[in-house]
Amino acid sequence: MNAAAPSSLRLVLTLAIAGLVSGVAIIGIYESTLPTITANKARELREAVFKVLPGVSAMQQFAYRGGELVVAWELAKDEKAVYGGYDDEGGFVGYAIPGAGPGFQDTIGLLYGYTPEKNLVLGMEILESRETPGLGDKIYKDADFVGGFGALSIEPEIVAVKKGTSSRPNEIDAITGATISSKAVVRIINETHAEWLQKLPPPGAEPPLAESAGSGAQP
Amino acid sequence: MKKNESYDEFIKGIWRDNPVFVQVLGMCPMLAVTNSAINAIAMGMATFFVLVGSSFLVSSFRAWIPKQVRISCFIIIIATFVTVADYTLLALVPKVHKELGAFIPLIVANCMILGRQEAFSSRYPVRLAVLDAMGMASGFLLALFSLGAIREILGDGALFGISLFGENFEPWVIMILPPGGFLTLGIILLFFNWFRLKKDEFLADVAEAERGGN
Repeated sequence: MNAAAPSSLRLVLTLAIAGLVSGVAIIGIYESTLPTITANKARELREAVFKVLPGVSAMQQFAYRGGELVVAWELAKDEKAVYGGYDDEGGFVGYAIPGAGPGFQDTIGLLYGYTPEKNLVLGMEILESRETPGLGDKIYKDADFVGGFGALSIEPEIVAVKKGTSSRPNEIDAITGATISSKAVVRIINETHAEWLQKLPPPGAEPPLAESAGSGAQP
Repeated sequence: MKKNESYDEFIKGIWRDNPVFVQVLGMCPMLAVTNSAINAIAMGMATFFVLVGSSFLVSSFRAWIPKQVRISCFIIIIATFVTVADYTLLALVPKVHKELGAFIPLIVANCMILGRQEAFSSRYPVRLAVLDAMGMASGFLLALFSLGAIREILGDGALFGISLFGENFEPWVIMILPPGGFLTLGIILLFFNWFRLKKDEFLADVAEAERGGN
């Protein structure tokens, strides 16, 4: 080595400056992408709600506070939300309820539409899943399975049965080759439903669409 | 001469020293995210951006970075570029970002990138370092894409999500599962090594013939 070893101060300074510049760069990119990322997430959620509740044109977010369901766009930390869907005339159509639970590989997150009036599940949409490509991912790629959640009775609960053997209104065909994943979806809906059923107001007493909600453009 | 030299720095990463097929580096993203062509390209582009950006900075500051803390400095630089790539993908293509998941932040640990900084960028001028990085990153992108395309065609009967063979094609599901990655990579490596062996034999034959001719 022809140069003398640099002093410790120089080493510390080099790393400190590198860290500082890197920190500023990271804050910069975080701040500049945050609005787009938030908007993307809000749009995804809105699309999912409209998908699981057919005929809905406006939505608002509810939280369960003080023993009743109230309209709440801002959520406290760890607070769970459900979404109310309304048609063109502002009439209540149903709830879109998010749920999550263990699947075959990782957590499956989903959203399902529920109408208390008829006590039916109206639709189901997988929001996140890492199920096996080609097998478990049929829980959102298989149109028959996803379509099976349109007008499905949830009384007393949904039951996944072997393909082609569903006969009762609360039975759904599991996917061949993805039985664990399909049963996980059904179990998540049942568990989420059991948790929320007590908290939902009796049919007809749902909070009306708030004026400010409009077309539900808020995040 | 000068022009040839820069051309060589660029082209060596694509073919002769291809980071995947010859150096066998960066295997983790290589096997994990190549289950479809589009994921492979997104991963390749993110790696391209990180590698070229870091090589540029490392080479520019190579005189100021003391030897004792160079690895930490390289990692800080690489990690910053990875974070930028991560947030940019999340904002622009959330669907692809979801599929790639944890593998974007893991680009930091891609030994091909740190290897290029240590072996090349920290020793050569900026122009050559950037050319080398672009060559290596293109080679990596090419390797990811060929693996992703082969696996998607065989495992899903599609390319870029467009179905190729119609309804009657029975997808070879194992190709998009992890074992398919190993199978495909093994076969490609086999081809590369066979090709190299043939080329060496051919060159030896030529040399032999020339000597005989004299």
